[in-house]
Amino acid sequence: MTTLPRDANVVVIGGGIVGNSMAYHLARLGWKDIVLLDKGPFPSPGGSTGHASNFIFLVDHSKEMTEFTLDSVRQYQELGVFTESGGIEVARTKERLEELKRRVASAKSWGVEPVELVAPAEVKELVPFLDEKIVLGAFHTPGVGVVDSLRAGTLMRERAQEMGAITVSANTETTGLDVVDGRVAGVRTDKGDIGCETVVICCGVWSPRIARMAGASIPLTPAVHQMIDVGPVPLFAETVGEIAYPIVRDMDTNMYERQNGSDFEIGSYAHRPILMEPDQIPSIEESVLSPTELPFTQDDFDLQMEQALELFPDIVGDERVGIRHSINGLLSLTPDGMPCLGETPEVKGMWSAAAIWIKEAPGIAKTIAEWMTDGCPEIDPHASDIARFYDHHRTKTHIEARSAEGYNKTYGIVHPAEQWSSNRDVRLSPFYARERELGAVFYETAGWERPHWYESNAGLLDEYGDRVMQREAEWESRWWSPIISAEHLAMRDRVAMVDLSAFAIFDVSGPGALGYLQRLAVRQMEVPVGRVVYTPLLNPAGGVKADLTIMRLGSNRFRVVTGGFSGMFDKKWFVDHLPDDGSAQLYDATSAWCTVGVWGPRARDLVASVAEDDVSNEAFPFATCRGIDLGPVRALASRISYVGELGWEIYAPMEEGARLWDLLWEAGRAVGVVPAGIGVYATTARLEKSYRAHGNELELEYGLVEAGMAGPAVKDQDFVGKDAYLNQRQQEATALLCSLTVDDHTSSSGVKRYMLGREPILTPDGGPIVDAKGRRSYVTSAGAGPSVGKHILMAYLPPEHALVGTNLTVEYFGEPYPVTVAVVGNTPLLDPANERLKG
Amino acid sequence: MNVLVCVKRVPATGGRITLTPDEQEIDTRFLGFTVSPHEECAVEEAVRLIEAHGGTSVVLTLGPSVAEEQLRDALAMGIGEAILLQTDGREWDPIATANAIVDVVRSREAAGMAFDLLLFGNEAADTGDYQIGIRVAHVLGLPCVAGIKALEVRGGAAVAQREADGGREIFEVSLPAVFAVKEGINLPRYPSVPGRLKAKKKEIHRIVPEKRGGGLEKVRLKLPEEQQGEVEILGSGPEAAPRVVEVLQRLGIVPS
Amino acid sequence: MILALVEHDRGKPNPLSLEALTFGRRLAERADVPLHAVLIGSEARPLADLSAAYGASMVHLVTHERLADFAPAAWAQSVVEVVDAVAPEAVLGAGSDRGNEVMAHVAAKIGLAMAANCVEVEPREPYVVTRLRWGGSLLEEARLEGVPKLLTVAPHAVAAEEVSAAGEPAVETLTPALEDEDLRVRVMGRTEAAEGRVSLPEARVVVGGGRGVGSADGFAMLEELASLLGGTVGVSRVVTSLGWRPHAEQVGQTGTRIAPDLYIACGISGAIQHMVGCKAAKQILAINTDPEAPMVAKADYAVIGDLRAVVPAVITEIKKALDG
Repeated sequence: MTTLPRDANVVVIGGGIVGNSMAYHLARLGWKDIVLLDKGPFPSPGGSTGHASNFIFLVDHSKEMTEFTLDSVRQYQELGVFTESGGIEVARTKERLEELKRRVASAKSWGVEPVELVAPAEVKELVPFLDEKIVLGAFHTPGVGVVDSLRAGTLMRERAQEMGAITVSANTETTGLDVVDGRVAGVRTDKGDIGCETVVICCGVWSPRIARMAGASIPLTPAVHQMIDVGPVPLFAETVGEIAYPIVRDMDTNMYERQNGSDFEIGSYAHRPILMEPDQIPSIEESVLSPTELPFTQDDFDLQMEQALELFPDIVGDERVGIRHSINGLLSLTPDGMPCLGETPEVKGMWSAAAIWIKEAPGIAKTIAEWMTDGCPEIDPHASDIARFYDHHRTKTHIEARSAEGYNKTYGIVHPAEQWSSNRDVRLSPFYARERELGAVFYETAGWERPHWYESNAGLLDEYGDRVMQREAEWESRWWSPIISAEHLAMRDRVAMVDLSAFAIFDVSGPGALGYLQRLAVRQMEVPVGRVVYTPLLNPAGGVKADLTIMRLGSNRFRVVTGGFSGMFDKKWFVDHLPDDGSAQLYDATSAWCTVGVWGPRARDLVASVAEDDVSNEAFPFATCRGIDLGPVRALASRISYVGELGWEIYAPMEEGARLWDLLWEAGRAVGVVPAGIGVYATTARLEKSYRAHGNELELEYGLVEAGMAGPAVKDQDFVGKDAYLNQRQQEATALLCSLTVDDHTSSSGVKRYMLGREPILTPDGGPIVDAKGRRSYVTSAGAGPSVGKHILMAYLPPEHALVGTNLTVEYFGEPYPVTVAVVGNTPLLDPANERLKG
Repeated sequence: MNVLVCVKRVPATGGRITLTPDEQEIDTRFLGFTVSPHEECAVEEAVRLIEAHGGTSVVLTLGPSVAEEQLRDALAMGIGEAILLQTDGREWDPIATANAIVDVVRSREAAGMAFDLLLFGNEAADTGDYQIGIRVAHVLGLPCVAGIKALEVRGGAAVAQREADGGREIFEVSLPAVFAVKEGINLPRYPSVPGRLKAKKKEIHRIVPEKRGGGLEKVRLKLPEEQQGEVEILGSGPEAAPRVVEVLQRLGIVPS
Repeated sequence: MILALVEHDRGKPNPLSLEALTFGRRLAERADVPLHAVLIGSEARPLADLSAAYGASMVHLVTHERLADFAPAAWAQSVVEVVDAVAPEAVLGAGSDRGNEVMAHVAAKIGLAMAANCVEVEPREPYVVTRLRWGGSLLEEARLEGVPKLLTVAPHAVAAEEVSAAGEPAVETLTPALEDEDLRVRVMGRTEAAEGRVSLPEARVVVGGGRGVGSADGFAMLEELASLLGGTVGVSRVVTSLGWRPHAEQVGQTGTRIAPDLYIACGISGAIQHMVGCKAAKQILAINTDPEAPMVAKADYAVIGDLRAVVPAVITEIKKALDG
């Protein structure tokens, strides 16, 4: 028996594929005195790894997930546990066939090659036992394969042991986590206690239970995924090895089928979502098979059997082929479908590596290990960062509602703008009632209901209709309205009110506040009181961690304003860097302030008509902020804009927001005010101004020089990422962020098509564009530019292509469209001199 | 030839058994349900008999509404028809169970659908009463061979075998007759997908049985004192070989 | 009085019957009544003394010309006639195949309840019995009604125990009125176990090989071991996945489920999927380098070491034993 050490540098809890990968990567990066424990026996302690179907499809529409997957495959290959089988995603419907073209595009954007669309006859050649009459075509990825995940885990564990870095303890149940002053202090187990300041929770479906021991939450839910195994299949009798035919994903029925030795495995994501709670999972002793292999519920699978029979009559319809095994396997679902990675915001030193599937586990483990070691993961995990969740995201109601809703979308055709339908109306701004009256169509960000456009503005189409690029194809007119462009044009002509209450707001104060922010911000923070600074934040490797604005409200008082989506992980970044001496404090004031943007050439007229103060350009210049009285409301106005227009962000106490809205609205009538939605704010107006967005253009994998945001000089003061940034400035950029415009929208069938983002940018002859670091060029943001009369795309391009006037193509639903580089760097397409903004 | 096979729905145990707080049942929160193993072989035997000789097969169970699942399992394996003697789920003792089955057999007989073979499992996995088939046979005046591991039907007679020390005992009876089957008589097939789908569409005849008899009444269940199975380490490496052979001899696998 | 059925096969007593006698004797002592035994068939006559040695004060010997070999209903009729003659408080059989069968027939004939495989009896009215469920994984406390009480005694519920001062038993002979019906089912012949090629589900010994075997060639020694022991070879899923052995030999959830007397698991870690296929094995001998492998934990016997060294040594040793 293993004796547990009394102290360790890090305890990895959970010995599935994630825990073993974690232990290995930590050891590889030089960590010593690692303890890996699991309540079950090795190599298969009873979690989801033990019953996983173990296949890996490479392409996902998410860049982050694809990068994790590709890295994982490289690791599995290196371990010698990957068997390439090829993978076929079949289409039974025309809509799916279109979706497969989109998958080809994602493959090209993320550099997955080769891939191809194949006709039914070719599908038949690849999978002779498939009834090709059922399918219209398929997406073929030869690089798809299966892994022996238990073997991979064993090999990684052994490697860590060979490095002398790790103590492995099986059959060791975690019974408690000690937390002292908000930091992990130890792990209690039934075999003894271990003192440690770092813990990684790799407990799959049990992760929430373990995190709760330390007072933290990991918002995932165990859910059932049904699988059956039929065999022995006569056709497979002569094949050697585990798999000799490509794995098939029957996308339209939410199912997959694969050879597994003599058997044929059929899995489904089509049945009703069956969620469990971590505490309901049986113990190892109580389990017939394993805790995560629950009794099969036949009724839920009846339809799936019929569908499998349709597609594979020769195997599934063979009366000699029996259903040899069927389970309700447990896996982890999260409310937004992404993993839960990183240090928990609640407890320092407690890391989550949860809601991870076989296909991405080693890549994620490597990322987290890098993150733990020096804070600089090679792959940007921001969409998976566990710090992304707001409190309401962590409620059972939210987790269950969204996980259930997401489950049946596992193979779904999900539009990039698709909205959730469950658990809405959680965060409502004080303007909500008025917005509803105006026919707002609400999209959700971080729980906030935000108007995306207003149906009440439909009349603007009479005025601006000829300048609106009407969308003819159903796909890009879905979750879109031409009214967005009309609102945009009305704003540029007159003035608009934009609800920005979803902003996350942090007030920083104290004698050390300036020094503290100076340490994080790239831009100079030592500015006069009343200045507003837009600044990126970098990680130590010089990747862009965030971009936000900071107002200096007093000598020791600052207000940080950042986007709703990134609010919580930005907050963690700020909190993590607070000075130990307590000289600066951070207060999350998000729920205290509502915000309305008032922008457009008539914005000053509007605000002046209700303000007690002088709001002239001289009195209230660009990039300044101060308190102003608007009727009875004492507000904070900040003269900046993300839409490139004259105007202010006006901050008011949440409870005074309704009054503020009405006041501005009434005053606005005289100057033709329109309400404008986030469709204008985040896309059309932003793209015309070449403003970058975090998560689209800005991420850890690109630096400020590449993003065209380097600025003429670097401040003297030290800040996080400065060395890397200075270094980047010395180098020739390997890619430059450019704005491109689409030259011709007409598809081969004569329909005008409009890209939505994430499409591959290709050379004129359709070849990939790869920069010196191996990164592909793809569309980071796309949208209409109604004022410039063009559809605008942003993309990072290698220097040889990053020249104004260069002709390239963008692939959209399988067809190339010509595009031209319009801007290199951040010069706006509209109003390059920013006269509208600063006038 | 008409074959009746009687099955019982039982929890598919495998892990540590726990009881409900009232000590009346096994806690089945984490368990699936299955046909008791001897009876699964009886179902297979019935299917094979009909495949070989033609005729009809009927599966019957006495149990709660959800026992339909086990009937469908049998239908999926190839049984033709299913009868559910639907109860509230509480246990019926062997006399009451046997009487309810007899009622069905007699009413079928009255309708001109007499059974030639009535197959039972030798004993149910859960209650282990060893008597339902014998009681049914007795009331119906039929011969009963219990514990059989082979069955062959020739004309109006059947030859059954059962295991006895080192060999087999042979029984021959004329039909109709009752047989209580033991696991090992065959290797039950796994139902195929088409079998499952056909079974799903079949009608289940539901009958509310009359409860007559009793005399054995459950008071409570209890768990036996845990007997921890300890592994005996015979040694390390090739030096352990003599001890391995000692064990083989002790188990009667290598003559001593 | 308590009546115990002493079961035999052509005159050879079933040891479980001696346990039933001991169980019956203790029950009789508690109820302060005598213990009688019933013996069926003239071949059983010599067992009267044995019955007495285990506490029977009187033996009812039931003989009939048609009681030549085992016939469950006829045996039951014999017991019923003794019951009618002596009106016992309870009748006990052994919890053996025949014991349970005959007592079930007795119960059916008398029309009373029967409790199989009891481990404890509280001789109150009604009896409170504790009996085996789930093959002994669970116990049931139950009330048993009727007169006489009919039950069988679970194997090894008590150890058979001779009484110190056994006298000559009184033997009462009885000839039952057997009907043709009672003799419809009787042993009409016997066969010895057939030898031949053993299939995985039927094999008495299975030699299993996992990844630890190392290569396809490595299975030669497992084949040899299996054939020495009259068994056959089974493999884990990884072995078929690696293409070392055909899928037909796979033991496990998706392969064959085996139930041998002995499963020798060589270099198999014991993944759940594999354990499902071999859990019905009566004994498991694991040969594995990892003492903490699940297979070792679940085995009855284990050798810690590389099977490639252990198995040849075992083969040599078995050959010695067989030659000797």
